[in-house]
Amino acid sequence: MTELVFRFLIGGAVVSFFAALAEIFKPKSFAGLFGAAPSISLATIGITIAHYGKAYAATEAHSMVFGAIAFFCYASAVSWFLMRIKISALAATLSLLPVWFGVSIALLWLVGRWP
Amino acid sequence: MIAHARLSAIKGIRPHEWAIRFVFGGAVCVAAGLISKRFGPEMGGLFLAFPAIFPAGASLVEAHEHQHKARAGFDGTMRGRTVAGVDAAGAAMGCIGLAGFAIVCWLSLPRQLSTISVFLLATLVWFAAAVLAWWVRKKRLFCTRRARRRTQHAFRAS
Repeated sequence: MTELVFRFLIGGAVVSFFAALAEIFKPKSFAGLFGAAPSISLATIGITIAHYGKAYAATEAHSMVFGAIAFFCYASAVSWFLMRIKISALAATLSLLPVWFGVSIALLWLVGRWP
Repeated sequence: MIAHARLSAIKGIRPHEWAIRFVFGGAVCVAAGLISKRFGPEMGGLFLAFPAIFPAGASLVEAHEHQHKARAGFDGTMRGRTVAGVDAAGAAMGCIGLAGFAIVCWLSLPRQLSTISVFLLATLVWFAAAVLAWWVRKKRLFCTRRARRRTQHAFRAS
C-alpha cells in the first residue's frame, strides 16, 4: 500500500513538473516535446529498482521501447486528424487511444515474444 | 531564437488544471505498477510510455488558444485545433527521445553503473534526441517541396 501511495505522489509531482515545462516553452511544437517526456518512467523506475532489482527494471525498459513507438504512432495520428479533419482535441486524443494499445501490444507480441 | 522560455506562463495554469495533471500522472504510475505485478514487467513496461496526460494537455492547449482568440474578438475554434495538432506533432518528435531513454535504461541498468548515472545519461539522451528530431522537422531537412508547403501554415500557427 505504501508503495502505491509513493507511486501516486511521486508520479503526480513529476508529471506536473513536465506539464509546467510544456507551458513555459514556445513555440508549441517545441513545448509538445514535453508531452512525451519520460515522466512516468522517471517517477517509477527508482521505486521498481528498490523493490524488485535492476534486472526487473531493465525488462520494463525493454517493453517501454515498444510503448514509445506506439506513442509516436498515436501522437502522429492525433496531429494528422487535428490538422486535417478538424475535430476537437479531446475527441481526437480519446478516440485514437486504441492506436496506442494496438501498436504497443502488437509489438510486444511480435518482437518481444510475449507471453 | 528558435525556442524560448517564458516563466510567467505558469501563472496562467488554473488550480484545477494542476489537479487534473497531478491525478492523471499519479494514477497512471499506480496503474503501471499494478499491471506489472499482475501481468509481469513486459506488459507493465509498456505503460511507462503511456500517453498519460497527453489527452488532457492537448485539450487544455486547444482551450487556451480558443480563449486567447476569443478575447481578441475572433472565433478561435480552428486555431485552437491547429495549435493542438502542432503540439501533438511535437509530442511525436518527443517519442523519439522517449525511445532513446528506454533503450539507455534497458542496456545500462544490468551493467555495473549506479542508478543515478543511468537516469542522468538516459535523460540527457531523451532531451538531445527529442530536440534533434524537432529541429530536423522544423527545418524540414528531409521534406519534399509539396510537403513543405502543406506543413508551412502549421508551423506559422505554432
